Amino acid sequence: MKVSLWGTRGSLATPGPETLEFGGNTSCVAIEGSEDTIIVLDAGTGIRKLGQHLPDTIKRVYILLTHLHMDHLQGLPFFAPLRREGVEVHIWGPASTTRGLRSRLLRYLSPPLFPISVREILSDLHFHELPSGTIGIREFEVTAQMIIHPNPTVGYCIKDQGHAVTYLPDHEPALGVKSFPIGEDWTSGYKLAEGADLLIHDSQYTIEEYEQRVGFGHSCLNHAFRFGQLTQVKEFVPFHHDPAHTDQMLESMISKTVEDLQPDYVVTPGKEGTVINVGG
Amino acid sequence: MAQKEIEVILARQLAEYLALPIFIVDPNGDLIYYNEPAEEILGSRFEETGPISANNLAGIFKTLDQDGTPLKSSKLPLVKALVNKQPSHGSLWIEGLDGKLRKIAVTAFPIIGQAQRFLGAIAIFWEVPK
Repeated sequence: MKVSLWGTRGSLATPGPETLEFGGNTSCVAIEGSEDTIIVLDAGTGIRKLGQHLPDTIKRVYILLTHLHMDHLQGLPFFAPLRREGVEVHIWGPASTTRGLRSRLLRYLSPPLFPISVREILSDLHFHELPSGTIGIREFEVTAQMIIHPNPTVGYCIKDQGHAVTYLPDHEPALGVKSFPIGEDWTSGYKLAEGADLLIHDSQYTIEEYEQRVGFGHSCLNHAFRFGQLTQVKEFVPFHHDPAHTDQMLESMISKTVEDLQPDYVVTPGKEGTVINVGG
Repeated sequence: MAQKEIEVILARQLAEYLALPIFIVDPNGDLIYYNEPAEEILGSRFEETGPISANNLAGIFKTLDQDGTPLKSSKLPLVKALVNKQPSHGSLWIEGLDGKLRKIAVTAFPIIGQAQRFLGAIAIFWEVPK
């Protein structure tokens, strides 16, 4: 699998000279499988650039949304294949207890928040709801599971040819836990990440910031690293960086956490433009 | 051990911070978590016992009606919430490990999560002043 990071920022797009290295676009990751199928994880502002790089001939696109917060959705109407007639676009994501995925998405894809309504989109749109369970998408096996984050949110584990990539961009597994982690069976997201070849995980805060923002739905770098240790992943990508964190701060936060915790997995900083090959 | 569903994990985390005794059971009726206030009634700590199967639970404390007659499990609010998948409330007497008889009120409700997934039930109970 070829994993490309098109947007790694959390909460709000943050362009500027201080974020050139890690990037300012919000969550979007593309995974290319062994048979060239492309799965898109989240539709933050990074998806616009991804759309420009996909071939015009592409006939089918698969977008997996973790949840519908704006930083994971804002780029969707700017994704070029969505505006092309004859392209089949499949969108997966969580429903709420009372509203379906399509209806929830329409809140954003309609005036006054956006000038064009979903009915005017030219591509052939299909909506699929998945609170949890495993589905097949071409060569991929995709498992979704609800995880801790405000409003219905899922994480994903994507497998191809026996290799696994786990994507938990917005996740607070330490919520309410007095000493994190407390154990495998009581840890949100454990099943999705267990033994993954690559884990892309929320690392929004420093531990001091986290203490002021418990319940916001995000992790500090320290908890994210501990989650990686608990789940015994092989490679870890800190992701969903806080808009206030500059390149210099992120480099310093990551290197200090590596020094403090000495993880037994590879740490690859979540920088926009990074490409990671999983499984050869 | 299999990871619990997120609704169950969040229920435990809330229970850990509440002063009312709380039981969380899975769809089979096995007690998968009880908080500190509930430990006083059970007479043992969750960290020591771990989960307790539904069969063993019945042997840990007796449940009685107001006449002192043992209650059938089907009459217990927690069992009703599990079986009927609806909230249930009732009062009963229990005899814990310390041999004391206490009158308690119980409110139980099913844990029905996203996409109508049935994940177990929660019972909140408190001692009724005599």
